Amino acid sequence: MAQTAIKVNNLGKKYVIGTSINTYRTLRGTLSEQFSITRKQKKDGRLPEHIWALKDVNFEVKKGEVLGIVGRNGAGKSTLLKVLSRVTEPTTGSVEIHGRVGSLLEVGTGFHPELTGRENIYLNGAILGMKHKEIESKFDEIVDFAEVEKFMDTPVKRYSSGMYLRLAFAVAAHLEPEILVVDEVLAVGDAEFQRKCLGKMTDVAKQGRTVLFVSHNMSAILRLTEETLVIDKGSLLLRAPTSEAVDFYLSRGLTQEGQRLWQSNEINKRSAFQPIALRVMDGKGNLLDSVRSTESFNIDFEYTVKKNIKGLRVGIYLITSHGEFVFTSFDTDDPKSFEKHSVREPGLYSSKVTIPANLLNGGRYVLGVNASAYRIKTYFHDEQALAFNVDPSGAPGTQWPESRLGPVRPSLKWEIKNLEYDRK
Amino acid sequence: MDNKPIERKSIIKPTNGWAALDLRDMWLYRELVFFMTWRDLKVRYKQTVLGVGWAVLQPFLTMVVFSIFFGNLANVPSDGVPYPIFSFAALIPWTLFAKALQDASRSLVANSHMITKVYFPRMILPISSVLAGAVDFLIAFVVLLGMMFFFKITPTGNIWMLPLFLLLALITAIGVGLWLSALNVLYRDINYVLPFLTQFWMYLTPIAYPSSMVPKEWQAIYALNPMTGVVEGFRWALLGTGQPPGMMTLVSAGVAVVLLVSGMFYFKRMERLFADMV
Repeated sequence: MAQTAIKVNNLGKKYVIGTSINTYRTLRGTLSEQFSITRKQKKDGRLPEHIWALKDVNFEVKKGEVLGIVGRNGAGKSTLLKVLSRVTEPTTGSVEIHGRVGSLLEVGTGFHPELTGRENIYLNGAILGMKHKEIESKFDEIVDFAEVEKFMDTPVKRYSSGMYLRLAFAVAAHLEPEILVVDEVLAVGDAEFQRKCLGKMTDVAKQGRTVLFVSHNMSAILRLTEETLVIDKGSLLLRAPTSEAVDFYLSRGLTQEGQRLWQSNEINKRSAFQPIALRVMDGKGNLLDSVRSTESFNIDFEYTVKKNIKGLRVGIYLITSHGEFVFTSFDTDDPKSFEKHSVREPGLYSSKVTIPANLLNGGRYVLGVNASAYRIKTYFHDEQALAFNVDPSGAPGTQWPESRLGPVRPSLKWEIKNLEYDRK
Repeated sequence: MDNKPIERKSIIKPTNGWAALDLRDMWLYRELVFFMTWRDLKVRYKQTVLGVGWAVLQPFLTMVVFSIFFGNLANVPSDGVPYPIFSFAALIPWTLFAKALQDASRSLVANSHMITKVYFPRMILPISSVLAGAVDFLIAFVVLLGMMFFFKITPTGNIWMLPLFLLLALITAIGVGLWLSALNVLYRDINYVLPFLTQFWMYLTPIAYPSSMVPKEWQAIYALNPMTGVVEGFRWALLGTGQPPGMMTLVSAGVAVVLLVSGMFYFKRMERLFADMV
């Protein structure tokens, strides 16, 4: 039986927002709160608002497990990591931790710009909990990894941002804790460096150490982790094998094959615009979970308009699973169409668009929707409405079984000329 | 020494009210105290022309001003030693103390980026900023010895007691520094209070004048200021003036320990708020 590395019981973390009562205190404030009637006045005025950044979170991680954590911004991922790495205390519940926790919450913590690279390695190592001898024994490895040998005795304030980052990651990556907590470090640096970081993390996992990995980069999550937690609004929604969890997250668990239906509790009933469904379909109207790169397909957005909306545009975003936007398109992009639909009257509508064949590369994509009046109001917005797959088979270049870089895979016309021959 | 990383089984849960000090944790992170002190030292005089000269210049100039106004114009007695030596011997530990309060009270806010990102015992920050000041003290001390040589004064045989008085100064500085740094996270008023606090405290300490000027009936209360014990001790051990350490010193030491222990507990109590409030 594998041993427990982390056990989280009913974890909750409450923050106070809104009023200044607890967020920023001054002596005068506290004194007047204690002694005067302002205390009463505050009660009938705006009460401090509480927000539970985490609520009733329970999970267990075994030694050697690599666990992914996904969730939208503000879902509570970072708060969870901060509690696990003891930066901040929970409000309720408890966590049992076996072993040293190393956190890459932000690389380069404690780096001092005036100190040299060499000095910062020692300082940063000590801050992360390494012993002097431990740092010494890994010093060369760290310098190698960061590729900054020549600048070891230069103050880091003269480093380029890339060098700085490489050095910072290198120290943290060589910490070798029993439990490594990583928060979105891969969002920075160039592609080559990111590849290296991912490689290092794979090594860490292979050595049987526990890794908690937070990222918005779904392909990194898919590559590195076996299981993934999906967190939303401070609660744990799902723990499942990564591919399943990523699917759930991208479509928020509400998709049936190729279709997203909005539940009544997801929409603002007072809004003039209310989404009903988003569908990915073939030409005959069949729902598709997977479309072929070589065939065109339709995206259909169904909604009701409750009141007259002037200048409405309804559109889609297409986003890769790495979170990069491929394109944005609105139903009234054509000026003539915009004129014709300058006011949308109440009623049931469908905005349908055809995505041409030979546009998208293979992979997983996310559809977002947006309904807004330019510079006036956004009526509805959801960047993760529906996910679907694109199957590249038969697309240009598939005679080589390699995956092609980039989100688009157009069929382009090439011309090959032998210049020597043609000159004659 | 073992080469094993810091490892432990730990339980993270909410704490309430007064918490235990967890000195074991401090011990595990003892190397960080050294590194943070070393960092403060390395960085302190970067991009200054006089560099470490400032460590000497600050107490030295104060000594010159005191010598002119108190020594010459006001004719404040100096227990039979030249006034410059009399005041400089007191200004050195005082400068250590005053600088320590200033640095320690700012230490948490200045390192907020570390506090919100990584765990380590927070107490390390104020403590190491106090210790960094001890190096300035040593440099100024060498200058004092040079001045004594110039005035042809030989240190007394009690000079071996000096480290004990230095320790007393450090304990007091850390104790008050812990209070101020924790308060400063919650109440930035401390920034504005501190200059006055330091100034009042300096006049309550026998730096510009000998403690013999204080009326007998006030002596006991006067000794409640631990810096009185430090300054008197310095003069006694170096110059042979005043009374040998006795009840007054013990009272000073007792107050210093109370400040340190209460500071540690208060700091620990507030520690849980630092990451969210700083």
